[in-house]
Amino acid sequence: MKRIVEFTVNGEPSEMTVDACCSLLDALRDDVGLTGTKKGCDVGDCGACTVIVDGQPVNACLMLAVEAEGRTVETIEGLQPGVDVLHPLQDAFMRHGASQCGFCTPGILMMAKKLLDDNPNPTDEDIRFGLSGNICRCTGYTKIFDAIKSAAREMEAARS
Amino acid sequence: MRRFDYHRAETLEHASRLLTELGDDTFLFNGGTDLLVEIRERLRRVRNVIDIKGIPGLSDITYDETRGLTFGALVTVGRLERLALVRQRYPNLREALASLGSIQVRNRATVVGNVCRASPSADTIPPLIADGAFIHIYSPTNMRVVPLSEFFTGPGRTVLAKGEIVTGITVPPAGDNTGKAYLKHGRRKAMELSTVGVAVSLSMDDGVCSDIRIALGAVGATVLRAPQAEAMLRGTTLDAATVKNAADKAMEECTPISNVRASADYRRDMVGVLTGRAIRQALETFA
Ligand SMILES: Cc1cc2nc3c(=O)[nH]c(=O)nc-3n(C[C@@H](O)[C@@H](O)[C@H](O)COP(=O)(O)OP(=O)(O)OC[C@H]3O[C@@H](n4cnc5c(N)ncnc54)[C@H](O)[C@@H]3O)c2cc1C
Ligand code: FES
Ligand code: FES
Repeated sequence: MKRIVEFTVNGEPSEMTVDACCSLLDALRDDVGLTGTKKGCDVGDCGACTVIVDGQPVNACLMLAVEAEGRTVETIEGLQPGVDVLHPLQDAFMRHGASQCGFCTPGILMMAKKLLDDNPNPTDEDIRFGLSGNICRCTGYTKIFDAIKSAAREMEAARS
Repeated sequence: MRRFDYHRAETLEHASRLLTELGDDTFLFNGGTDLLVEIRERLRRVRNVIDIKGIPGLSDITYDETRGLTFGALVTVGRLERLALVRQRYPNLREALASLGSIQVRNRATVVGNVCRASPSADTIPPLIADGAFIHIYSPTNMRVVPLSEFFTGPGRTVLAKGEIVTGITVPPAGDNTGKAYLKHGRRKAMELSTVGVAVSLSMDDGVCSDIRIALGAVGATVLRAPQAEAMLRGTTLDAATVKNAADKAMEECTPISNVRASADYRRDMVGVLTGRAIRQALETFA
């Protein structure tokens, strides 16, 4: 039996029609059409599917779509503040070459956004702890760290 | 994904009734971080899941000096991990919480789910047992509170009967004379299941150890206590020689197996190393 789930995604009220056993990840990609969120492992190991639900990052593969009823979901498609404006993290990732194949990037950006929202000046250790649920097989992480620290500095400068 | 149906329970009584009425292959669905993985990897046959997250009254966290810390079945690992009280009073539990999976997993995984899955390597169980925690069980016929050390009957098995639901866990208060530690040993620092986990909770009165509990994870069919090692330590000053002898005793008391993560011999050796280290770390509280 299909169920209709009403929720808010990236600030817009939305609806999806799903099977009870459908993950939020599959529903976002196949039913809502938001394919920015990636499926790497489907069992919580890789973090490619990270979305923010009611303010907390979770693995969309480990949540059922029916559980999203009435909740607020933020995905990578909602990260940029305007049509032609990038989030400082997206900009820094491009400048630093922090994205190669790009498969991990949406999940890492969502995690990095949450990290900087909570902690505008993270140390390397804070970044390491914050990203321990996100696997990248291309970059070796160094450029990701550089990009996050650079974005943190730019966001700090923009605030003052 | 294998198909299953989803039910939302309104009350404990409702969830319990669904568990009995829907028949075999029906499971409570909490954070789902074990259940959904087991369904995807075809480790568990599931026809129905019963979501308990809408049941009122299971999300509370309370602390008082006589009863200690009580948290409901829906409290996530992440929520407890972020609590200053847990960091200050229960550093052993806090260490286990912060080492479980990733931030994303911890925002969904519940402590009660970690306990109910009854894995011998579950990180939250050793510190909770070392602290003498109790588990609250809702039952249509036999409501009860059970010491956590008596909750497990084997890997993946507990004393819960059909239709019974864990409503929460109480951890006794942590006095000023207590020291605690949890050491998780794995092949890497994050996103890793324990190869061995050792939790220690001890009390010192006038420089003498008045009580100590040692809980060993991933070295037996359930998380184990080390009663003989504990007996050797009680009433002593926890001097280096006594700690060494007790750690050797703990190695004899555990019953590890070999698997992909480590051999039985290696696990036993690590019990010796980590037991001594955990006692020393717990003692640092008084330094
Ligand atoms: C990527 C990843 C990494 C992980 N890393 C670790 C780790 O490092 N250490 C570790 O210990 N664990 C780890 N885990 C497992 C951990 O997330 C789970 O054990 C979790 O804590 C289970 O809680 P849950 O709420 O998700 O339970 P669920 O998956 O919802 O349920 C687990 C089991 O408990 C039963 N259950 C749930 N609630 C109740 C209740 N109230 N009463 C009776 N039965 C109940 C369910 O029916 C089910 O059988 C990891 C998991 C993932 C996906
Ligand atoms: S796809 Fe969800 S964590 Fe890998
Ligand atoms: S850029 Fe390829 S996995 Fe990270």
